[in-house]
Amino acid sequence: MTAVAHDVPHGLEHATSTGLDSRKVAIWTFIGSECMFFATLISNYLVNKGRSLVGPFPHDPWTSPAGEHFKPILEIPLVTLGTALLLFSSLFVVLALSGAQRGSRKALVGWLGATILCGIFFVGMQVYEFTHFVHEGLKLSTNLFGASFYTLTGFHGTHVTIGVIWLITLWILALRGKIPPSKSLNLEMAALYWHFVDVVWIIIFPVVYLIK
Amino acid sequence: MATRVLDQHRAHAAAHGETSGLWSWITTVDHKRIGILYGSTAFFFFLLGGVEALLLRIQLGTPDNTFLSPERYNQLFTMHGTTMIFLAIMPLSAMFFNYMIPLLIGARDVAFPRLNAFSYWVFLLGGLFLNAGWFFGAAPDQGWFGYANLTSRQFSPGPNVDFWMFGLQILGIASLAAAVNFFVTIINLRAPGMTLMRMPMFVWMSFITQVLLLLAFPVITVALILLMFDRFFGTHFFVPSGGGDPILWQHLFWIFGHPEVYILILPAFGIISEVLPVFSRKPLFGYAAMVFSGVFIAFLGFGVWSHHMFSTAMGPIADTFFALSTMLIAVPTGVKIFNWIGTMWGGSLQFRTPMYFAVAFIAMFIIGGLSGVMHSSPPADLQQTDTYFVVAHFHYVLFGGSIFGLTAGAYYWWPKMFGRMLDERLGKIHFWLMLIGFNVTFFPMHWLGLNGMPRRVYTYPAGLGFELLNQLETVGSFLLALGFLVLLINMFQAWRRPRNAPADPWNGATLEWSIPSPPQEFNFPETPEVHGRDALWEMKRTRGPLPEPARVSGAGIHLPNPSYWPAVAALGVAAVFVGVMLLGHIGPWGIVAGVALLFFGVYRWAFEPAG
Amino acid sequence: MALRTAARRPLCLVTALCLLSLVLAGCSPEHYPQTTLLPRGDFARIADDLLDTTVRWALLVFVLVEGVLVYAIFRFRGKPGDPEPHQSHGNTTVEIVWTVIPALILAAIAVPTVRAIFQTNSFPKQGALTIQVVGHQWWWEFRYPEYSLTTANEIHVPVGRTVALRMGSNDVIHSFWVPQFAAKRDVFANRETRLWFKAEVEGEYPGQCAEFCGIQHGRMGYRIRAQKPAEFDAWVAHMQTLKPKGAPTASADSGVHTASQGATVQQPTSPQASQGNQYAAGEKLFTAKGCVACHALYAVNVPKGMIGPNLANVGARSYIAAGTLKNTDENLAHWIRDPQGIKKGVLMPNLGVSEPDSKTLAAFLRAHK
Repeated sequence: MTAVAHDVPHGLEHATSTGLDSRKVAIWTFIGSECMFFATLISNYLVNKGRSLVGPFPHDPWTSPAGEHFKPILEIPLVTLGTALLLFSSLFVVLALSGAQRGSRKALVGWLGATILCGIFFVGMQVYEFTHFVHEGLKLSTNLFGASFYTLTGFHGTHVTIGVIWLITLWILALRGKIPPSKSLNLEMAALYWHFVDVVWIIIFPVVYLIK
Repeated sequence: MATRVLDQHRAHAAAHGETSGLWSWITTVDHKRIGILYGSTAFFFFLLGGVEALLLRIQLGTPDNTFLSPERYNQLFTMHGTTMIFLAIMPLSAMFFNYMIPLLIGARDVAFPRLNAFSYWVFLLGGLFLNAGWFFGAAPDQGWFGYANLTSRQFSPGPNVDFWMFGLQILGIASLAAAVNFFVTIINLRAPGMTLMRMPMFVWMSFITQVLLLLAFPVITVALILLMFDRFFGTHFFVPSGGGDPILWQHLFWIFGHPEVYILILPAFGIISEVLPVFSRKPLFGYAAMVFSGVFIAFLGFGVWSHHMFSTAMGPIADTFFALSTMLIAVPTGVKIFNWIGTMWGGSLQFRTPMYFAVAFIAMFIIGGLSGVMHSSPPADLQQTDTYFVVAHFHYVLFGGSIFGLTAGAYYWWPKMFGRMLDERLGKIHFWLMLIGFNVTFFPMHWLGLNGMPRRVYTYPAGLGFELLNQLETVGSFLLALGFLVLLINMFQAWRRPRNAPADPWNGATLEWSIPSPPQEFNFPETPEVHGRDALWEMKRTRGPLPEPARVSGAGIHLPNPSYWPAVAALGVAAVFVGVMLLGHIGPWGIVAGVALLFFGVYRWAFEPAG
Repeated sequence: MALRTAARRPLCLVTALCLLSLVLAGCSPEHYPQTTLLPRGDFARIADDLLDTTVRWALLVFVLVEGVLVYAIFRFRGKPGDPEPHQSHGNTTVEIVWTVIPALILAAIAVPTVRAIFQTNSFPKQGALTIQVVGHQWWWEFRYPEYSLTTANEIHVPVGRTVALRMGSNDVIHSFWVPQFAAKRDVFANRETRLWFKAEVEGEYPGQCAEFCGIQHGRMGYRIRAQKPAEFDAWVAHMQTLKPKGAPTASADSGVHTASQGATVQQPTSPQASQGNQYAAGEKLFTAKGCVACHALYAVNVPKGMIGPNLANVGARSYIAAGTLKNTDENLAHWIRDPQGIKKGVLMPNLGVSEPDSKTLAAFLRAHK
């Protein structure tokens, strides 16, 4: 949706019906649609919860018919750290936006950089988690838990990755001084998307990691 | 900014020969041209779907027929349904969204012209992708709702289902991009004075359609992703042997699929609500009730999906809930029908071709609605579901409803879009052939269904009593086809006549009739001011008959630049899915190339220099 | 094209009437053996009664609303030079009335609907004859646990006794449809669905799969035979003689040892001497050509999961290949030679059976009644 961000409507010529910039309405509309996307993925996870025929399982140990023993696979402390950083990044992007609106390039570049680092850490954490799970014997096709877990968190991770790419693009623009206060909407849209991705994680985290 | 001042562009374009020709169509961001692209592509697919239907009808014309092989028949009925829904009715509606919404609300273009071009190109590529299976002898053959677990790799090993699955996925991207665009356009680009409750009813129904698209398509997107994982990566979401549940597919599909039905019919509701007042010379009866019944239908549309699944044994509580919610939908639908008749009541009915189709729409839609109530009752539906009774029902709704409505719209807006009038006499021949052909084709299906003919059978044995009515239906389908042949002749003749249609041939009520036919690139030389519903009637009432609007130079008007990056990005989208299809042959490199092309297109688009 | 407007309308009317009479002539349900409109069982009658209720209301609404529409078309037809009609924008009272009336009609349909939902969902608990139905791509397996019997594509039920169907699928989703006695229910792998009915009238009726299930969905028919209790009992008793380990029979070499089940096939009663040789030849072919790998020729205690339809009483069935062909010597021989030509995609391969062999096999199989 980067494209939307920069597609200038002719609406700029005259006042819009709502007084809001069309791009802002568009990003909200897109987020509304995305809600259904994640609602469906989360529902799919819940529907398949506890229906795996074989392990490894998220919260329970499992011994395979061959006698191999599997621990509960989820690593909650690491993911909690990632969750916390993702939440903080929402604060950072607000500070970055505030910097952009005030015209403080230092605040903008600094806080935006912090946001990006948090996002990269989160994606990195997920890459580590996935690799670790595969190593432990949980692949996409192993059981319904693996399938719905990788699908749900994977698509969330993809959204975070796209968000990071979007923010890095803006960060480069900010470095070059191309986000003056008059163009802070470009960042605001990315920030709205970023908040949305965080909020989705706040639902996924308890659903997947905390509810047994 | 990516806008341009018109006269400069004109000079530039003239120097480079860009105003017409293929390149100008590829790079166009003008909502009117994109509307015509949508319309012509969709009409082509409509004819294709129609030919597929004729082949099906020939096969069913006689018992134990071997005109088509079973696998060819299954491919044809799958592609007929998929084509008519996703490649004909939806994009024909999109043609009217594109061409008409900005004109009806007094805007210069849609909110995001390049995103609009992107939607079209993705739609075109999705349609081609879906049909590409024909060239490999592997067209989709699992039915348009693709019930699991028939679609699993075990039972559908070929690429047939893959063409369908990825084709729909691509089309979904096009629909979602367009839905965001039109949602924002209607919210944000209305002319001064056009409050929500002054919007033309077509704009209202289109608006509700966009909301349905935005909320329903993500669900099918996820369902198709899960199916892709099952087929390509060995998961078991819908595979019983791995603990998965094929009924989950049905739920996900119909949570999308039922709102989809309203996505198909609401634009037609809107068109009828424009045509009837104009040709009754009388405003729409019960405007507010029409708006709220539309909203109510859309809302209920998300709470009835399981009425497609009564035969799956959901238990009495679920059956009761979905039966009652389904019946409830009949109330706002009835309100609409009564209000349309109320619009005609006491009017001075002008029976021009669009009015013929609009009135037939009401008559046919009543039948479709009533048979819908008949199978809202689960025990009765247990006999009717998966029979020709259901086939009759949804053709009365989608053909008798959507297609009649869209045809009414085509005859109504044709002079505005092409500057030429369609012939009235040919139009009425088309109408009678279509009305009679339609009823001869589909009405007997009610009887066949109740008398035991299941749907989707490639043939039936003699002796079950199905022979006579099937033969009749086949004759009817050719009458229907003849009707569209007359339309083609009409279109061809109109194309050869000079562009001399007046700006306002029907004494129209809405803003598009205040500007020349066809409109100039910038639509309105100056933004109109709206002082009430039926904005143009309001103007005529206060100012008296309006003179024929002159074509003006439009110098100084800012318009968006043409761009080919949306088409490049669309190619990237299609390439990603081609890459997935080729995963087993060339590894992930196809996907990588597709993603790279997509990102390249999007970045060039995003950073396109100012005009 | 040359018709004047005035002449066109009566012509359309005449055409419409002709078509209507043609339709009416073809619509009498007696002409349709698979009809849902002549219920011969209690479940189907519940569905039919509901249909009657909704059709009555629908017809009333249809006549009224279409009548008003047609009246409006003629009454309010505008003429050139007519003044602008009264610009009415709506009428709240009228709008409330036509919102409430449909709601009341729907309530009148909803009440019997809900009652019928609960009736049809109450599965019989005892005294019913349980039959297991298994859908296969593209044929039906029927098992009678009470009698340890298995048969295929032809289901026998007694009239007057409630039949409780416990259904499943061996592969994809199918839908078991008994239009005359019950209605339909989808069948799934690893999930049991149920249906019940009590047949009231004897007879043999066709039925078929109603959910699209692959290339041969159109050829997945079956027959249902409702019999007087005594006839049904006799059928059960006869079927129970079709055991895997039969008594020694007239010709010594007729007890073929089947490869997969380790069971011998009982010979049908008293074959003629000349046919006896042919029978023995057919029996050998049945093994030699590999038929035995997928088909059982006995009905008692058949293991689950056989790939092909049970053939213990195939000679007594009216149709072969799941309703595809009438059961004649010629058709069966043709089928044995070329199943892929007759029913493309069916799981039975073309086994290269010669024409004489196919006739021998057909005669052998049709002796199994």
